[in-house]
Amino acid sequence: MAEEHIILQNVHKEFQRKDHAPTIALDDVTLSIKKGEFVSLLGPSGCGKSTLLNIVAGLEKETSGSLLVNNKPIKGPGNDRIVVFQESGLFPWMSVLDNVMYGLLIKKVPKQEAKERALDWLQKVHLGKFAHALPHELSGGMKQRVAIARALVTDPEILLMDEPFAALDEQTRMVLHMELDKLWRETGKTIIFVTHNIREAVVLSDRIVLMKTRPGGIKNIFPVQAARPRTSSDSILVHLENRILTELEQEMEKVLKEELGSDYALKTDDLRVDPNNNMGSDI
Amino acid sequence: MLILITIWEAISKFDVFPAFMWPPLIIPNDPGGVTVLKTLVNGIIDGQLLEATGSSLIRLFIGFFIAVVIGFVLGFLIYKYKIVDDTLGFFVTSLQAIPNIVWMPLAILWFGLGVGSVIFIVILGAALSITITSSTAFKSVPPLLIRVASTMGSTGIHLFRTVIFKSTIPQQIAGLRLAWALAWRAVLAGELLGGSGGLGTLLDLGRSIQAMDLIFSIMIIIGVIGSFIDNFIFVRIERFVLRKWGILTT
Repeated sequence: MAEEHIILQNVHKEFQRKDHAPTIALDDVTLSIKKGEFVSLLGPSGCGKSTLLNIVAGLEKETSGSLLVNNKPIKGPGNDRIVVFQESGLFPWMSVLDNVMYGLLIKKVPKQEAKERALDWLQKVHLGKFAHALPHELSGGMKQRVAIARALVTDPEILLMDEPFAALDEQTRMVLHMELDKLWRETGKTIIFVTHNIREAVVLSDRIVLMKTRPGGIKNIFPVQAARPRTSSDSILVHLENRILTELEQEMEKVLKEELGSDYALKTDDLRVDPNNNMGSDI
Repeated sequence: MLILITIWEAISKFDVFPAFMWPPLIIPNDPGGVTVLKTLVNGIIDGQLLEATGSSLIRLFIGFFIAVVIGFVLGFLIYKYKIVDDTLGFFVTSLQAIPNIVWMPLAILWFGLGVGSVIFIVILGAALSITITSSTAFKSVPPLLIRVASTMGSTGIHLFRTVIFKSTIPQQIAGLRLAWALAWRAVLAGELLGGSGGLGTLLDLGRSIQAMDLIFSIMIIIGVIGSFIDNFIFVRIERFVLRKWGILTT
């Protein structure tokens, strides 16, 4: 059995607001992630999936509960856990190469070696030709490739991805899915991947953590047992996608009912199938 | 331009105003008489104008340099500590509403007539402006870039040096350009009132000896230097920076 890499125990996060009761972003989240596992956090907006990722990253602090990485509590951000954000966040004044070298130079890697490793990683994301380009000269997909190279070049144990492909067009996203899958299999990193795209989660993950809202937390966890590399038309995946979609719809309906009034129904006159696929047998 | 010069010369030739009020620009009214051009050229050759320009510029540079340091430090403190923002930030904004030449009587009392009060005016004018522009610039650093840097392990001075400061450079340049223009005005106003040599004092001398040609020569120098520094230094740096930062794409 692979060792537990990240352990979240009863993690609770509240945001204090002026003149309001505090908002509970995460309520009692317990989750453990194995070394080398690819876990997606999936859910509608407001379910606290990004907050959870930020807590693991050390960018935010949990209100209560504990978070262990390699059985040690974390102290703030660290370069063993690097985040790739939705917007690439490349430094606009640095060339692509300098951007990729940034993390290495912080780790005091000698300049020459840093340059070689950065160029090597730019080759891996197929951007070797663009080493001396400036970020604004690249397309959205290329920027995300640079962001991924910049994160992985420092050889972190954990890669945290916060909707990294959400702003890209469908074709680019599909290509990057395949590339990320390949990079993950080659490097064996532990990846936590935040997304609201079910297909993306299904195609990439070992496990999918479906999250709920109000209060934010874990609703269900789905293991994905399909061989890699995957195609989204794989029947196991299609089936899983539908199961998740059903649960997500329940969640959405709950949210909309709260927001728009209790008589709201997402669908009318449909036969409800519960997540375990038993239609009324438990009556 | 040519038309303006022609009209000017015509007014001068037809004696609409006396020559001390309206001197010819290029062609003298009587052989060997004064023209603005002649005064300008002579002034430059015998060093009187050059010397005055030099001493004005030296004060400007000293004052501007100190103002940049003060402005950046205060701007950073305002950005970093909310308490400073609430107290000093408000104070600086109100002080900036006072035209800086208004400080001159106070400066003369504190520093006496001379270089000290002129530099004081320059520092005051530019530093307040830089404080405001630099604190705004620091506040507008995209949080994303800070998060990216800190997730890669950058903290403290390294974070400031490599990300926060770098990301504000385009705005800082624009702020410096504005402050430079204010400083240039301040140095001349200060010299005009506070004496102590320099172009401003020479202007005042021109007024008292009724030498309109001298006044014009100085005004030409002021205009040329002001626009030279703005166009050839600041505009170029700005364009370079904006292009590199990807803000300007042409």
